[in-house]
Amino acid sequence: MIRLSALQFRAQAAAAAAALAVFAVILAATGPHLFSLYDSSGIAACQAHGTCLPLATSFVNELGGFYTVLYFIGIGFLLLVPAIIGTFWAAPLLTREFEAGTFQLAWTQSVTRTRWLAAKLGVGALAAMATVGLFSLLLTWWSGPVDTAAPFAKGNSITFLRLGFVLFPARGITPLGYAAFAFALGVTAGVLIRRTVPAMAATLAAFLFIQIAWPIWVRPHLIPPARAFVALTAANIPDAELAVGPGGSTILVPSLPGMTGDWIISTQNIDPAGHPFNVNTVSACQGNTPQACTNALSTLHLRAAITYQPASRFWALQWYETGIFLAAAVLLAGFCFWSIRSRRLSR
Amino acid sequence: MSAVIQAGGLGKAYRRTWALRDCTLAIPDGRVAGLVGPNGAGKTTLLRLAAGLLAPTCGTISVLGEPPAAGPAQLARVGFVAQDTPVYARMSVAGHLRLGAWLNPAWDDALARHRVAQVGLDLRQRAGSLSGGQRAQLALTLALAKRPELLILDEPVASLDPLARREFLRGLMEAVAEHGVSVVLSSHLIADLERVCDYLVVLVASRVQVAGEVSALLASHHRLSGPRRDPGALPPGLEVIEESHTDKQSTLLVRTDQPIHGPSWTVTPVSMEDLVLGYMSRARDDRMPRLEVVP
Repeated sequence: MIRLSALQFRAQAAAAAAALAVFAVILAATGPHLFSLYDSSGIAACQAHGTCLPLATSFVNELGGFYTVLYFIGIGFLLLVPAIIGTFWAAPLLTREFEAGTFQLAWTQSVTRTRWLAAKLGVGALAAMATVGLFSLLLTWWSGPVDTAAPFAKGNSITFLRLGFVLFPARGITPLGYAAFAFALGVTAGVLIRRTVPAMAATLAAFLFIQIAWPIWVRPHLIPPARAFVALTAANIPDAELAVGPGGSTILVPSLPGMTGDWIISTQNIDPAGHPFNVNTVSACQGNTPQACTNALSTLHLRAAITYQPASRFWALQWYETGIFLAAAVLLAGFCFWSIRSRRLSR
Repeated sequence: MSAVIQAGGLGKAYRRTWALRDCTLAIPDGRVAGLVGPNGAGKTTLLRLAAGLLAPTCGTISVLGEPPAAGPAQLARVGFVAQDTPVYARMSVAGHLRLGAWLNPAWDDALARHRVAQVGLDLRQRAGSLSGGQRAQLALTLALAKRPELLILDEPVASLDPLARREFLRGLMEAVAEHGVSVVLSSHLIADLERVCDYLVVLVASRVQVAGEVSALLASHHRLSGPRRDPGALPPGLEVIEESHTDKQSTLLVRTDQPIHGPSWTVTPVSMEDLVLGYMSRARDDRMPRLEVVP
């Protein structure tokens, strides 16, 4: 049965191998230049000398359009591949057999349908995880210099944080969890809906929803976030950014030199009594000079309360998240087995 | 006499509607049994239940003495050719034979290759480009080469042209003669059943109307025609299956094990088609509400 599943899967495997090969060639051709740029930039030793900001900024500027585009294509690809696998590999896996009626041929050979499904799921999920794993390895290797330098560079944002919305799901082991989950999700949609195109649409919609909702509502709380308090003083207020805080209030977000790579989830300004503080309520900041505003604020003994995930938790968060998605994939697969065994699909 | 398919009170419902309801039957071993009935009688549902593709909603069914699809060993004993003979369109004929060899421990590769050559299939051709008749032959080859004890075929020839139909049935009969496999075959084409079946089950609205050896059924059914008269006035021991009357004449399809005496009747033998249609129309009349005269 495994041989048959592998045979039936060869078209998808060939497509994946071709895409991997194209990527590997492009990355292998461009990687050496990227690494030599990185080596000559001196970023590797910048933290000891405190020269990271200028070195990283010039490195990122030197990269040029081609490498920047390639870098983002790599990230986008890794984010998309699990959705593609769920939609185009997994959803049609069983629906094609239901639509063509060939499940009747498969289920009346001398193999139980449990084994039939086990082989189909096993081969498909392994192929999905291998594909995504290889993509992840290739891109993590190639993007290494940029990933290291970018958080230090001027004008960077959460985009470049390893813990951020964009990089976290495209680095490390999480892509494996997404691949397994997307595959199980697609097969489950196929078992429930039984028709190829609606099952594909449902898989894509459900996976994209989870991909967007997860970092907003779930990931920040996988490990209870850490909290830090930074006093707002005349020294750091001028460099602080104004942001919209809770309830539409205006808050000051101080720059945090010691927190490179940390994922800041939320910031609040609080007064000495511990109550949330709205900068807009200070009259000295209404239309006066920035200096007057700074002076007024610095006398109030305000603090910025920062909720964040430290950069050091990257791997812990990766393991948690991957584990959760793998467990969800196993649950979905269990549902598929139950459904195939007990409901005995008719058409 | 053991039964290849035995069902008791068998029912299968899809959501609210019953595809098969309260079906009780036993098909004996060693026959080529034809299952005949109108569309919607539940033939396909019954055969899918027998193949283990469906689970019954209620009642029991056993196939070769075991629950259908109870395990690999039971699956290996039953060959199934589904309606419209589905095959993998993108897989070659040779690929299908390899699939059969991989999935069936008792696979008879020599038989499969011999049959494929005999019916003129090209091993390299993709199954999706085969004609309907060739596809049916491929499906039958797969089912036969797993060397089952029972072969179940659901309307295998319904979509074939007459020539392909004859070839298919001839191939089936050769295999039956050679390997002694029991066959249960559904069809609404009575002429085809007449050619191959030695056992007949007429199924209307899930109920078995009549079942038995074809030769015994034909011997015990007669068509009587004579001057018009009340069927109630017939001698005892005659069961009237179907009756039709004109002003002057009555024609009856009757079942009896005794010789018919009565000089006023003309007794003629019945064909399988007469017999099947007689039972089908009786079942239909029983289910139709009788017209009542409104005062």
